[in-house]
Amino acid sequence: MKRVYVNEEWCLGCHLCEYYCAFANSHVNDMAKALKGKEIHPNIRIEEKGDISFAVSCRHCKDPLCVKSCISGALSIDDGVVRINRDKCVGCYTCVLVCPYGAILPSPSGVMQKCELCVENEGGMPNCVMHCPNSAIVFEER
Amino acid sequence: MPINYIFPDFEVRRDQDRCIACRACERQCANEVHRYDEDLKKMVADESKCVNCHRCVSLCPTRAIKIVKTDNAFKENANWTGTLISDIYRQAESGGMLSTSMGNPTPLPVYWDRILINASQVTNPSIDPLREPMEIRTFIGQKPDSIKRDENGRIITDTTPQLELSVPIMFSAMSYGSISYNAHESLARAATELGTFYNTGEGGLHKDFYQYGPNTIVQVASGRFGVHKKYLEAGAAIEIKMGQGAKPGIGGHLPGAKIPADVARTRMIPEGTDAISPAPHHDIYSIEDLRQLVFSLKEATDYKKPVFVKIAAVHNVAAIASGIARSGADAVVIDGFRGGTGSAPTRIRDNVGIPIELALASVDQRLRDEGIRHRLSLIVAGSVRSSADVVKAIALGADAVYIGTGALIALGCHLCRTCYTGKCNWGIATQRPELVKRLNPNVGYQRLVNLVTAWSHEMKEMMGGMGINSIEALRGNRLMLRGVGLNETELRILGIKHAGE
Amino acid sequence: MKYVIIGNSAAAVGCVEGIRKVDGEGEILLISSEPHHTYSRPLISYLLMGKTDSERMKYRPEGFYERNACKTMLGRAVTKISPDSKKITLDDGSEVSYDKLMVATGSSPFIPPIAGYDKVKNKTTFMSLDDAKELESMLTTDSDVMILGAGLIGLKCAECLIGKVKSITVVDMAPRILPSILDADGAAIVQKHLEKCGVKFILEDSSSEFSENSAKLKSGKTVKFDALVMAVGVRPNISLVSECGGKVNKGVYTDEKCATSIKDIYAGGDCSESFDSALGDVRILALLPNAYMQGLTAGTNMAGGEAVYDKAIPMNAIGFCGLHIITAGVYEGDAYIKTDGENYKALFCKDNMLKGFILIGDVARAGIYTSLIREKTPLNTLDFELIKDKPQLMAFARKERKSRLGEEV
Repeated sequence: MKRVYVNEEWCLGCHLCEYYCAFANSHVNDMAKALKGKEIHPNIRIEEKGDISFAVSCRHCKDPLCVKSCISGALSIDDGVVRINRDKCVGCYTCVLVCPYGAILPSPSGVMQKCELCVENEGGMPNCVMHCPNSAIVFEER
Repeated sequence: MPINYIFPDFEVRRDQDRCIACRACERQCANEVHRYDEDLKKMVADESKCVNCHRCVSLCPTRAIKIVKTDNAFKENANWTGTLISDIYRQAESGGMLSTSMGNPTPLPVYWDRILINASQVTNPSIDPLREPMEIRTFIGQKPDSIKRDENGRIITDTTPQLELSVPIMFSAMSYGSISYNAHESLARAATELGTFYNTGEGGLHKDFYQYGPNTIVQVASGRFGVHKKYLEAGAAIEIKMGQGAKPGIGGHLPGAKIPADVARTRMIPEGTDAISPAPHHDIYSIEDLRQLVFSLKEATDYKKPVFVKIAAVHNVAAIASGIARSGADAVVIDGFRGGTGSAPTRIRDNVGIPIELALASVDQRLRDEGIRHRLSLIVAGSVRSSADVVKAIALGADAVYIGTGALIALGCHLCRTCYTGKCNWGIATQRPELVKRLNPNVGYQRLVNLVTAWSHEMKEMMGGMGINSIEALRGNRLMLRGVGLNETELRILGIKHAGE
Repeated sequence: MKYVIIGNSAAAVGCVEGIRKVDGEGEILLISSEPHHTYSRPLISYLLMGKTDSERMKYRPEGFYERNACKTMLGRAVTKISPDSKKITLDDGSEVSYDKLMVATGSSPFIPPIAGYDKVKNKTTFMSLDDAKELESMLTTDSDVMILGAGLIGLKCAECLIGKVKSITVVDMAPRILPSILDADGAAIVQKHLEKCGVKFILEDSSSEFSENSAKLKSGKTVKFDALVMAVGVRPNISLVSECGGKVNKGVYTDEKCATSIKDIYAGGDCSESFDSALGDVRILALLPNAYMQGLTAGTNMAGGEAVYDKAIPMNAIGFCGLHIITAGVYEGDAYIKTDGENYKALFCKDNMLKGFILIGDVARAGIYTSLIREKTPLNTLDFELIKDKPQLMAFARKERKSRLGEEV
């Protein structure tokens, strides 16, 4: 299955993935309209220190601890994609407790949010991948 | 503080309605033009630092930024242009030579643009390259004086060493040091995939790139940096660099700041020391001296590799090329006055040398006149900008072309002409690790492959249109060219008729 | 093959899913004393807060049993297991045979013997959906509520009543709240926060006697209440296994395959014990994620697959009125503690490993810490200064990061 992979060797720390993620998940058709003057809450986040940087988002583990641990049944695997039903999530943070990548994050509403591989974009690949200026984030089978 | 006479050349225009303050511009600008102002809660810019490289423009996700030429004007003066006035201010302040990078940008004639290509109509059919074979493969090296046959009448084909080019386009000499590791890797991998060659420049060959040796031309220049037996053996051909189109007659100077450990190791010089290439080779003062070096290099590599001699296009280029043919070299490379550079004195770059089109035509003609054209392949460089330029160059007599600037543009270069600062925002002309990594060679090499592939298709279309199906039939076929707006002297030197004739 | 599962919560659901991963054909019968579709017990407090409803709090969606070809007997109790004949007896005396049996009977609230408890009119425990509904029916905005027990259950109950009742008083014998997961400093921060939200605490005290509407405490204080919630602790439901000769300690003994000491009988969830790899010993880890994973392991093994459950550690994610708490492991070894009065972080390291941690307030990416404990990552293989600062993958060696972010996991 195709997943998002990050090669830190090519990550520039430009943070554009975060903005493109927030844009994709805003479901607004214009980036400025979607993000201008707003604090963003992307599902992908850059870690950086000195010259090293890399993006972290859900790894869509084959055997995800978050899904097994979710107390409300809000997390599930759908065709390999770990999805969250934000309607069921109560924001208990158990997934935050178990995710070894720190890839599940609280959203402003209090329930959790995570990458769900937004492949329904025009490019057929997640928005962070499509817009990574240095192909540090790729969407492929490994 | 003294008066600052220099007004920034550019303005950073930011559409605040579009700017989402993602700060990508700030993070990506090595010149530190952009800054987020916490109090104003918006991005601001200091355009005095802007070199107009468009990194921010290209990465801005909302296209909120554009860089425009300042409309701050000096009083109009056709003689004392604003550029000249500013240059004097700079020199009056610094006391130094003006430095610049990349090729000559001045509005001197571009002969490529005054030459037009023929096409078949009615009396001779054009060829469709999508349906019929079209040969653009080229061999670089000395060709025999005559056809020789063995006792059975078969043609003897064992010639002196030849380079086989799948496409008559190679990547020009650009040293590791002047350009980055990733730029080199991109060039090396692209040359390999394309079946052509890239050139190490005078910076030696990084150990990681020996694997691309069969598609590498190793250069020997006046500083002899990085030259050793294995280096010579690693390449497919050896190029002696006598001169460079961007700075004929002078040497090179790579400042110590651009010589980190890896570059130093490759050049075989101490880390952080200036790498100074002398203006002349101190052992070459004549064609005979050159011949000694040509044969020393051939001897060192068992006569298995062609040796090129690269010179800048200067006034006596034809006579010099004729001498080079007699030095035993297999190819001469002529670099025109618009050729690129990582760093050159502005006045030299903009005023020394001659256009490659004229140099090419006169060299080809001179070698033909002397009956030695076959003894020397002719490679031209110095602003070959498109497939049309390649076709015109070959029709004027070239065997192949080198592209440098074009290749760098494919890698992202925006011709901001500040390579000499070492802060290339595109990861090309820099050694700063955080900038170097901006050029992902997996992407870069593919873009180079795409570029040359695209040019190949275009060349085949143009050749087909002329009714020509092989590069051999195009080479030196000046009947396929016509000049527009050229005077008789220019037409005579180019060896072409005027359009309409 | 006939599988029988006693229970209908996380371990039981895990068991169904474990069986179906391996065996799509075998017959599954799930028996539960509760009449409801499987629901998430920890969500009952969220239900009272209105953050979920009875539909959304279903642990698995409608149609779960049908999709897994799982027959159910809901609202029926099992009274006996007969391992020799491989049968279980139901509350009406009928018998059901099994080939493989899963015991996921959970735990029951512990009611300490306190004088006058019978006289209390409005009282409940806080473990089940029915408990929650009963509690809700007792309350008005004018009610005074007393909760006995300042553990996870008692405090989640307290949280969900904030703003809904006139007063909430939590009484506990221990000197601090949440003693099972917090140290004294951490507990003080959480207590202060809850007090700010309107919860009153009476600690180091306990009820000596109840009347209908009040409790007399050992200190001599009297607490008046309209409703009493008993949340002093739970007892694992082990009798079915112990009575048929299975090995039990505090909970039902299970091995790493989640099998009990009796052939073909497995157990998981709050009724059972598992190996706490952080502690290095067996104990009851009454946590929903553990229950599910035990169930999944048991189910997989019951159906002939291979699974072991050997990475259990105590861990908790809990929050009160926006203050989040994440803890895991055991609090042994050198402690690294950082606090600014609102946020609290304690890391416990021993033998070159992270053994446990407490995070209060800023709990972002805590799972990175949890995985260090679970995977017993040697601390000298990472940049401990960075890890101390915050959970981050940057602390790992470049090669390790490459495999974590660049390989299929």
